Order: sequence, then structure tokens, then C-alpha cells
Amino acid sequence: MCDQTFLAITFGPCDNCSQNKPLMNIYLKNEPINYCSLCVELMACQGLAKGETTNTLKAESESLKAKLEEERAKLHDVELHQVAEKIDALGQFVMKTRRTLKGHGNKVLCMDWCRDKRRIVSSSQDGKVIVWDAYTTNKEHAVTMPCTWVMACAYAPSGCAVACGGLDNKCSVYPLSLDKNENLAAKKKSVAMHTNYLSSCSFTNSDMQILTSSGDGTCALWDVESGQLLQSFHGHSADVLSLDLAPSETGNTFVSGGCDKKANVWDMRSGQNVQSFETHESDINNVKYYPSGDAFATGSDDATCRLYDLRADREVAIYSKDSIIFGASSVDFSLSGRLLFAGYNDYTINVWDVLKGTRVAILFGHENRVSTVRVSPDGTAFCSGSWDNTLRIWA
Amino acid sequence: MTINTLSQDGVQRQQMPCLTKMERMIISMQDPDMGIKLRNQRLLITVIPHAMTGLDIVEWLIKKCSISDEEALHVGQLFVKYGYIYPLKEPRNLILKADDSSYRFQTPYYWMSTRWPASELDYAIYLAKKNIRKQGELIEYEKECYNALHKRINHTWDFVVMQAREQLRASKQRRKGDRIVLECQEQAYWLVNRPPVSPEHYKLTTLTKNTIAITYCAVKYNQIFFLSCLFFLARNRVKSSICLESYVKYCEQYQPHDPIMQGCLPSNPWITDDIMFWNMNSETVALPTKLRVERWSFSFMELLNDQMGRKEFLTYLEKEFSAENLCFWQACEDVRHGETAKIPEKVDEVYKQFLAPGASRWVNIDSKTMEKTLEGLKRPHRFVLDDAQMHIYFLMKKDSYPRYLKSELYKNLLARAIVPQETKKSVFPFMRRQRHSSPSPALATQTAEDDGKAKYSNSNSGTASRL
Repeated sequence: MCDQTFLAITFGPCDNCSQNKPLMNIYLKNEPINYCSLCVELMACQGLAKGETTNTLKAESESLKAKLEEERAKLHDVELHQVAEKIDALGQFVMKTRRTLKGHGNKVLCMDWCRDKRRIVSSSQDGKVIVWDAYTTNKEHAVTMPCTWVMACAYAPSGCAVACGGLDNKCSVYPLSLDKNENLAAKKKSVAMHTNYLSSCSFTNSDMQILTSSGDGTCALWDVESGQLLQSFHGHSADVLSLDLAPSETGNTFVSGGCDKKANVWDMRSGQNVQSFETHESDINNVKYYPSGDAFATGSDDATCRLYDLRADREVAIYSKDSIIFGASSVDFSLSGRLLFAGYNDYTINVWDVLKGTRVAILFGHENRVSTVRVSPDGTAFCSGSWDNTLRIWA
Repeated sequence: MTINTLSQDGVQRQQMPCLTKMERMIISMQDPDMGIKLRNQRLLITVIPHAMTGLDIVEWLIKKCSISDEEALHVGQLFVKYGYIYPLKEPRNLILKADDSSYRFQTPYYWMSTRWPASELDYAIYLAKKNIRKQGELIEYEKECYNALHKRINHTWDFVVMQAREQLRASKQRRKGDRIVLECQEQAYWLVNRPPVSPEHYKLTTLTKNTIAITYCAVKYNQIFFLSCLFFLARNRVKSSICLESYVKYCEQYQPHDPIMQGCLPSNPWITDDIMFWNMNSETVALPTKLRVERWSFSFMELLNDQMGRKEFLTYLEKEFSAENLCFWQACEDVRHGETAKIPEKVDEVYKQFLAPGASRWVNIDSKTMEKTLEGLKRPHRFVLDDAQMHIYFLMKKDSYPRYLKSELYKNLLARAIVPQETKKSVFPFMRRQRHSSPSPALATQTAEDDGKAKYSNSNSGTASRL
């Protein structure tokens, strides 16, 4: 199973309801207790204990937060750029637009690569979801969603289906048919149901499960066949804008970022919030794991991208520049993790040296804000989608 | 749990970070010592004070932020677009030109952060003033807006006209220079905030973020957060130096495999329109590339992630009579990621094949884990086999995997693996190669495999070379 971030999650009878479930291990008044996630929520809903008020609870939380920062600082003995001093700087960096995909009638909001390394799916504000062979720039499939602002789309690992959703508060899965005459919308399967817009979705290791994040502040794991909710994740206090699964093949964690400026790491089995980071000054628009799974990067409206290490449990790098004023909407790493590509709301894409913390290149080309940036599965190129209705492949 | 976005004006909250940053830069541009040198500019017969040229702005940005010309022009352009700097000669053309065209700083009164969104009433007054001052001065779109506003806010029209007259009278009492400056500033403000075509400033926020208020349960959120904090505190942390060092190692190790960093052989398909690279690295290729085989030695996960690697490893395990470990692991993965409805039957299969006493492919798990797993099988759920799977995974990782890397099987494959030759650059650089489409993954996997094999064997004679 997971090589790196391995979590000892226990299964067994809950201390409260005695059902066999994945348990959350927490300490209450220095006593360890093992409650299932449902009981934890119920306990929280029971209202305040005697003598507690919302303010005292908040004050206690704040003091815990301060203590947490103290503990984190204790083991921080060196900065990333210091460690990176011994590495050679990167040379001149040249990347050009190799393909321009035109065909969307309105802003491109999201895109995803297929595992075959050349196909992509993209979704836009006009409700259209298009599957392209990016190499030949041919459109292969097109689906019209019943809603506008399709903010999330994902390609299934098998390459046989795509998932998408947005203002309809749902995530729907469309199996891709090779029969050109078949209406894809007919085979649509409605999987997820949220109480607010769908901001991001991703298949887990197979076509059978989907992880979604929503403007209602929760993330959820769904079974595709039955549409059943397998697990829900509560802990954000505002819209959740993005999520990313840990790259470990047998990984059990994912990270989410939202408008509450927090990035939370979750355990998929128990639903527990395992780690939380709050150093951004504004909404976190996008989160992405570092290829090794030991860290993740975030892009935010405060015009910075930051790198958080999971083992050291802290922020380890900030990627910012005076001349970068507008927020970063999307980030992704190159295959080796040395480069971070970030798309910004001022129509540019900045390429950062992850280790040294410096900017390596700035790419112009889009005529409106860049909404999504993704590196291809084999790292040969990356694709950017923009509000100028086009997608570009850079290499 | 329902949550609230604690903001009154979603738009304001959304754009604050970038506007604040721009304003900070604007203020430092106006610094008497370190800012841009301002001078008087003659406009027709009047002299406008405190003007600068486009070139001044670009040069100041280059120096201050250490950026290139192109980027400085791009950043300067943003200031003009958002109304912090306005052009004097062609006010309707909100573009920054890096030459001697004149520009002025907009007064903070008209900054977007202080006056957002632009009020309809104010716009009506402005248009009325223009109309009164000189009949027929309104241009097309302004006339349309004027008429539309007249219809929409008709009930306040007397107030609008009265205000317009008052403002005109007050301005007549000012000095001519001041009057012109104020008119320029006001005009610039409205050009930014009410241009002819619907600007994207209005879409500064995405439609949805922060616009939908949800009810908030403070107590519930705080309690869950409090409990989470207790959990976070108990975490084991690792020293920064160790963590950061691991990134350096990782990047170094993977750099030869990163096509964007170091290119790829024979060539990057996106650049040369030659898909040899994909063909040579497909799942069903006869002989893998050297880089690919080397990558299997980076970590156990890399080996398992590659279908070919997995097959090779299985062959090795079969020789060692421990193939059931990998098969068991794969079966467990299938349970974890498969359909919920099929879990009971799958778990049952796994039990029969791998765990039952006397099973045909019995896996060797320690007694404690076996006991726990068998107990859990009474009420099968998705994660019931996790402990057993973990045990077997680590067994393979610590024992079989290192031995595989030292084995003849692996070393042979590594020796035979291909190092592709770099594609020679085409003689006629502008001749574009044919871009062939590939079979969609949505096809039956059988056809896809056949195609892949065919493509590879056709091109084998061409550019691949063996060691």
C-alpha cells in the first residue's frame, strides 16, 4: 500500500455506537477516544458543554492553533532555497504553443488529460464538454450539459468515460461511445449530489469511484455504479475550490483547498481531516501534489503559490514576485517536480523553479485569464485552458 | 453542515488582493524620490501638470521588479486597464504605449477599490452633464446608455438633472487647468467602468464564488475544528532538513525522465510531430526503453505502476514460487477500488483463493493479522482486506523487490533495453509531418493492443538502436 504518508487508521467497534467502522482517533481531555465519523459529528452537534460558550470554544481553538504553530516551528532547521544552493540553476527556458484547440463557444473552465497521453477533455461556460485528440486537434466527442458553467471535468482512468459538473450541483458520468451517431447524453449517469455548485471532481484509482468538492464546503466520495455516498468530508468553512489525490497508487489521502484560505489533507477511509494548513492570505484556487506525494503546491488569489510539506507539517516555500499582481488560478508540477507551472488571472503562465524558488519563465499567449493548467501524464507537454475560449498545448 | 462566506460584498472581497497590490505599486510609482519623474505636458493650449510618458512607466517597472520589456509592458497595461493610469491624448484607447505618449495617475477618489461597483446614478449624472454642456457630445454607446438609464431610473431624473447642473456650475468657478484635469479624471473613470463593450472587470469574480450565502452554524464548526486541532497536535513531525533534502534527491533522480526539463528520445511528439516516443513506450511494446527499466528501480511503486514492470515482476515471483503474493495484492486492490455491490462476492473469492486453510494460492500472513482479517470477513466492507494487503505489500517491498532488482531477469532486460536515437531534424524545417490519429481508449482493448504492436514493428527498422 502506501509507501510514504502511511496512516494508522483503525477499524473496529466505535466507542459510542459499537458499529464496525473506520474510526477517528482523537483525544478528549487527554483521554484517547475512538469514535466513528458519524459519532464525532453528533457529538459536535450536541451543543456546548456546561460552562462553555462559543467564545470560549473559539478561544481554546485559537490557543491550540498557536500551540500547533509552535510545535511546527521547532523542527524547522533550514529553508528550501538554502538546501537548493548546491544545485545548478536552470538554463534558458523556451516553451512554445504547439497546438491551439479552438472550438469552445465560451470560457474554458477546466480540462483533464487521458492516460493515453494525447487525449483531453475540456469543459466550458456554455455547458459544452468536448473530448479532443490534442495531438491532431480533432474533436472526438461533444456533450451538452443541461447547465452552464461546467467548472469540473475529469477523464476516467480507463479512458472510457468522462465526469463533469458545475452549477447543476451534480457530477455526471458519461461513458464515451465510439458510435458517432449515438447521443452521449442518453447514457448519462448522475453520480454526485451536492447542495451547491461542483467545483472539482476526480476519479480515484478506478472508474468506479469519484471524489468531488463543492461550493457547499464539503468534499465527498461516491460510488459510480449506484450513486451512493461512500464518505463525506467536513471541515472547510467556505467553498471548497479544488482537490487532488495523493499520487501513491494505493493512496488513501487527498488534499483540498478552499475560500477559507485553508488547505486540508483528508483520510479517504475515515473521513478525518488529518492535516490543515492556513498561511495563504486569500482564497486557494488550486491544489496539486508534488510527484513524490510528500508535499503539495497551492495557487491562490493573493498572487502567490506555496509549497507545503506533509512530513514536516508546514509551509516550506512561497513563489511570488512584485510584478505578479493577479491571483494564480491553477498550478501543476512537471514530471520530476522541478518545475511548477502556474496560470494566472492576468493572462500569463509563470514557470517556477520549485527548489530554488525563482521564476524561470513567463509565457504570454492567452488573451484572457488562464483558468486551468495541467501537465500531460508522461510529462511531455502541458495544456492550458483560458477564458479566451481556447486551449493551448505547450512544449 | 452549512457554511457562511462572511462577506457583505462578494465582489469586493474577491478583488481586494490584486487591487491592493496594484495600489501599493501605484503609490511607490508616485514617490517623490524613487518614483517616476513627472513633468508638465502641453495639451493644445493648456498645460497639464504631473504627466509622464509611457516609456517612463515601462522603464520604472523594469528597474523596480527586474523584469523584461515584454513583461513590464504587460504589467503597465494592467494599470491602464484598471484605471489607475490614464492616457491623455487618446482617452478612449486604454492602451499603454512604451513611447512618449502622455499618461497621468488617476486620483484615489476614482480608484476602483473605492468606488465599486460604478453607480448607475453617478453615471446618469455624468452623462447628463455631458449632454447639457454640449448637445450632441455623447457618442453612440453613451447615447444608448443615457436613454436606457432615463427609462430605468426615471423616478429620480429630476434629481439627476439638478445634480448635473449644480456640478457644472461649481466647476465653472475653478481654474481652467484644474477644470481640465478633473474632467480628464472623470472621463477616464467612466471609460474604464462603463466602456462600450461589456468589460471583463464585471467578471472580476467568477459567477459563483462568494455570491451564494449559506447559513452558518458557529458552534458546530468550532467544535469540529477544536477536535481536529487536538488530532493535529498529536502528529509526528520530521525535521525540515530531511524533508527538503528528499526533494532535491527526487528531482535529481527524475530529471532524465522529465521531457520538459531534459527532452526525450527520440523526440518530443508535440514538437516534431513524430509519435515514435509514444510507440516505444506503449504498454505492449516488445522491448522497453532503458530509461523505463531504470525507473523500475526507483521505488516499488514505480515497478507496480508500469504494467510491463508488473508482468516482469510476476514472472520473477513465479520462479520464486511466491507469485500468489502479487496476485493477492492485485485482488485486494480490485476490492478497494471496485463496485460497491460486488464487494461481498469479491471478498469471498479472495478468501477462497488466498486465505482459506488449504487454499490453492495461500498467502503467508502473520497469525494476528490473519485472525483479524478472518473476523472482519464476517461483515465484509471495502477495507476489510487492508491489513492483510499491507502486510503482503511490505513483504514484497522489503524482500522480493530488492532481490528482483539484483536478479538475472532484471539485469538481462536492462542490458537488452533500447536507447532510442534522436530523430534527425528534418531537412526542410517547415515541412510538417502527417499527424495520425490513434485509436481511442474507448475501443475494445484487444484492437488497441493489436494496433500498438503493428505500429511499433513497422517503425522498428527505422530509428531504434540497440546497445
